[in-house]
Amino acid sequence: MDFSIVSILMLDGVTNGAVYALLGLATVLVFSVTRVIFIPQGEFVAYGALTLAIFRTGQVPGTVWLLLIMAVLAAAMDVRLSWLHTRQAPRALKAGLTTLAIPVVVSGLSIWAAPHDLPLLVQALLTVAIVTAFGPLVYRLAYQSLADASNLVLLIVSVGVHFAMTGLGLLFFGAEGFRNPSFWDASMVLGPLNISGQAMIIFGVSLALIVLLWQFFSRTLYGKALQATAVNRLGARLMGISTHGAGQTTFAMAALIGALSGLLIGPTTTVFYDSGFLIGLKGFVAAVMGGLHSYPLAAVGALFVGLVESFGSFWASAFKEVIVFTLVLPILLWRSVAGGHGEEH
Amino acid sequence: MKFVKSLIAAAATLAAAGGALADITIGVSLPLTGPASGLGIPVNNQIKLWPAAIAGEKLKVIVLDDATDPTNGVKNAKRFVTEDKADVIIGSVATPVAIPMAAVAAEAETVQLALSPIGLPPGKDGWTFRMAQSNPVMAHAIVGLMKKQGIKTVGFLGYTDAYGESWLKDFTTEADKNGIKVIATERFARSDTSVTAQALKLVAANPDAMLVVASGSGAAMPHMAIVDRGYKGKIYQTHAAASRDLMRVGGKAVEGAYVVSGPAVIAEQLPDSHPSKAAAIQFVQQYEKAYGAGSRNQFAGHGNDTLTVLEKAVPLALKSGKPGTKEFRAGLRNALETMGRTVVAHGVLNWTKDDHWGYTLETGVMLKVVNGDWKVEQ
Repeated sequence: MDFSIVSILMLDGVTNGAVYALLGLATVLVFSVTRVIFIPQGEFVAYGALTLAIFRTGQVPGTVWLLLIMAVLAAAMDVRLSWLHTRQAPRALKAGLTTLAIPVVVSGLSIWAAPHDLPLLVQALLTVAIVTAFGPLVYRLAYQSLADASNLVLLIVSVGVHFAMTGLGLLFFGAEGFRNPSFWDASMVLGPLNISGQAMIIFGVSLALIVLLWQFFSRTLYGKALQATAVNRLGARLMGISTHGAGQTTFAMAALIGALSGLLIGPTTTVFYDSGFLIGLKGFVAAVMGGLHSYPLAAVGALFVGLVESFGSFWASAFKEVIVFTLVLPILLWRSVAGGHGEEH
Repeated sequence: MKFVKSLIAAAATLAAAGGALADITIGVSLPLTGPASGLGIPVNNQIKLWPAAIAGEKLKVIVLDDATDPTNGVKNAKRFVTEDKADVIIGSVATPVAIPMAAVAAEAETVQLALSPIGLPPGKDGWTFRMAQSNPVMAHAIVGLMKKQGIKTVGFLGYTDAYGESWLKDFTTEADKNGIKVIATERFARSDTSVTAQALKLVAANPDAMLVVASGSGAAMPHMAIVDRGYKGKIYQTHAAASRDLMRVGGKAVEGAYVVSGPAVIAEQLPDSHPSKAAAIQFVQQYEKAYGAGSRNQFAGHGNDTLTVLEKAVPLALKSGKPGTKEFRAGLRNALETMGRTVVAHGVLNWTKDDHWGYTLETGVMLKVVNGDWKVEQ
């Protein structure tokens, strides 16, 4: 076990940890605004990576059709709700069209762009657009009508959404895995280490997002308003904060982070339709270490998980998963004993 | 009028019931979802190409998904034998799922045609016949090539489940017989996204060759991890990796890899004297006509061979009893054990009362990945 091995393992651990940090952040984000423990976060990652992979083969990804179907359903629900509230047909139609607008534009662009072999960056942008458009639709279809329910009910709904998205992933992407080409083929040699361009992009994006989210939620008015909806829904609405809008915005952000993570891990590993779940789960472990409310702690927790996983697979590769997930227990114990009963959530 | 109506209804029901008894019921459990779905879906595709009847008896094929979960496999098998009164159980193509199904088949005295090379304790495989080449048979081919290349030490990187475990055992046995030592062993789970640490440890041990034990497109990731760490030696793969997905996902990194396979995957490159050439070409043409050029793979071949085997054994079994009866099932087992040499796309099968593996040691064909395509390695 010499220095070069330690450094390679640390690089591997930190690279994986950065991706887990992104997912942990998204989990904390969704929980702190909507009180939903968003287990399907990993599915956004898989959808992102696989949608780009299908674009590279020149076909229209199945996610585009799924997006259209969900958009139509959500629009129908919005039209009905608006009609029940106002009994005015033009307003109801306007509500439906607002929901349909972005998904239809994004889908249309994708269907047009798929056969043309556009550059990798353009296809990546389209992928991010498609998966981000999913976020608000998932919230509208699965969670909005249950927004006041208890945490447990929302968790069960999350499990259901996870199964649905995994099954649809199998339907649209097939059972075999895909690997995307790297965005940046450069590599930097630092002693025994060979830092690839992809790893550098991962670090950069993770760091930027961590700082951005942290500042957004603790310093800006809009961020604090979003958090207010989780503390007291009725109070927030009385203050003029649209709780449904908050939920949809949050899910859009979570989907954006998921899509970015998918693009980042696509070149480093073979992504299958069910790969997202395990990655999302490790992100959840990281979020737990952050107490499900602190972004910097979640990021630190994610790095810790990544490093433990890396060194664990070196020393006892057959027990790697056991080691990583058993870590949750002492952390939970310590946090619940040391943290006490604090905020009312 | 009411009496006439009920008479007609009774007659119709009797006619329908009589028709059902003459059907041959086949229960198939496949991993259509889950980590091994890349193995199950091709088999299901092949089953869709099966004819509607064998030897004049209509086929009733029930395909259930076991999601690569052994508990589901057992549940499916129990349902086949109790509710559907299946005459034969086929499955699963995932090794860890097929193993507990064997116990259910043995208890119900129903033939199980396993599509994966499952190792069972002696005496427990009385009703299980493997359609996949056994690991010792394929290891024999691998070790043969390794000896020719002068390899003395091997590093092992394989799944932590039954497939990886049985390969480790069988390969080590065969290698020890030929003076080759396995000096490093690392394991990983089917759903892992990275094996950097394991590859690091293996490359540090610097063996002459590496053996990667993984299946379908999941075999590319460990292979690429080893190559990324700068390993310059030869890398071998098992017969579960014998599909185009390995090259599609692995790209340049898997060039020069040695993969052992049954003859079905390289039908056109077989010498004319090879007994399986005609069956293999027929399989490849039928499968690729339905699913596209280049879609052939190891697992669909097993699905094809299952039909060949049943077409030979069912007429013999019909002499013992009608389908749906205990005598038919016992007759089917007897037929499989005594029907002698059967040429299938994946080689030549010859099951006996004591040997339910069937393939001879010469079955494995060593292939090399050259320019993204298979080439037979002599």
